[in-house]
Amino acid sequence: MSSVSSMSQLTREIRESARKLLRDGQVQVVIGFERGSLPLRSRPCFVRREEDIDRLVWDGCCETNLARYLPKRKEKAAIVAKGCDSRAIVELIKENQVHRDQIVIIGVPCNGMIDGLLIEAKMGRGSIVEDEGSAEKLILKRTNSEEILDRTDFLHEHCKACTHPDPVLYDVLVGQPSAEAAKDTFSDVEAFGARDEEGRWAYLVHEVGKCIRCYACRNACPLCYCPECFVDASQPRWVGKSTELSDTMVFHLIRAFHLAGRCVACGACERACPMGVDIRKLNRKLQKDVKDLFNHEAGMSLEEASPLADFRVDDPEQPMVDP
Amino acid sequence: MMESDTWEPKIVAFLCNWCSYAGADLAGTSRIQYPSNIRVVRVPCSGRIDPLFILASLQKGADGVLVSGCHPGDCHYLTGNYSARRKFAVLKSLLQYIGLEEGRVQFSWVSAAEGTRFAKVVEQVTARIKALGKSKKLVKEIPGG
Repeated sequence: MSSVSSMSQLTREIRESARKLLRDGQVQVVIGFERGSLPLRSRPCFVRREEDIDRLVWDGCCETNLARYLPKRKEKAAIVAKGCDSRAIVELIKENQVHRDQIVIIGVPCNGMIDGLLIEAKMGRGSIVEDEGSAEKLILKRTNSEEILDRTDFLHEHCKACTHPDPVLYDVLVGQPSAEAAKDTFSDVEAFGARDEEGRWAYLVHEVGKCIRCYACRNACPLCYCPECFVDASQPRWVGKSTELSDTMVFHLIRAFHLAGRCVACGACERACPMGVDIRKLNRKLQKDVKDLFNHEAGMSLEEASPLADFRVDDPEQPMVDP
Repeated sequence: MMESDTWEPKIVAFLCNWCSYAGADLAGTSRIQYPSNIRVVRVPCSGRIDPLFILASLQKGADGVLVSGCHPGDCHYLTGNYSARRKFAVLKSLLQYIGLEEGRVQFSWVSAAEGTRFAKVVEQVTARIKALGKSKKLVKEIPGG
């Protein structure tokens, strides 16, 4: 990953593309990132006028999945997309939520996004960190000194496990494609699966027990776009609205199940969770199963159907009651 | 008498209209005896069964769930059970992963001509769930209820 372009270079290229697209009238809005009001926070930004283009930036804190803003958009939009955003866009196009010709994708190779909360926790609140785009290091700025940090220590969990950091689908690519990351071994899923039954249950009871049913995970998810979610349905009311363990567990199981073969592992759900629930636990398991059983990875191709909306006559037969 | 001596599991059985339900019917008309622990819910096709049905049954106090449809290739709607097969494979693995006892939720294929097989399936499923005991993990506790 040594050929990664510097962040300021990427920012410049994104602005150039945005300027061209807006000037030519190819799009009415460019969805990208701007600097947030706090350090280590970049926020989504919608640019409609040429004079606002210089608000656009690219840095190590652009973790939000912008694909969330595409469904139901009336105007033609350009979107800045890293690997996971582009995979989410592919899924949205496949599911007819977004028209390919209504969007222009500005692809950006990603070398992992920094977890601002982790830096604050380890380095103190208000830490200022400079990310020059190197895959290995971050510079922590102090009043009179600087400290070099290992960038990989401060990545989001899902970024550490990311195997496709480059955009899958794009119209314009800024920067240099990064070397493909290592193959996902799902060692975390295997390690958890190796624990005993009661241990696994106890862990999930503890995690799910924190949930306050705010549905932030669902609302942040780029692929949860149903007009009526099963948890909101009242006729019939499938899942109780309480935070009683059984209701919450069913909510989490079905939420994860609805994303089986569709989840692009962008981590939006976990970042949105105010209670720190380990939401990835279930998503990762389904990601692994769908890979093992149906050899499918979400968001990698426009042609391949979602595995649970599809079948093969020679699918593996699971153990059935067979007297 | 201890409760455990008289306890019988309640099992919800989702049977597809065209094969397994007819299989159960055949078992009945042929006077084949099988445990009376199952409560049958007739569904148009095994492909109609949402995992939510299964979890809702467990929430409402079922000790086990049996899902049965036509053999692959025999679906009345041609492909419903192929989709079901994928869904069940993923669900089963997920339930095992979260630490739900294996065997609480079971799947089988029973055709309309297999009355004897249906009885055997129910016997096997009931025995398995009886051995597991009362379901506790997903049951919804109603405070004061």
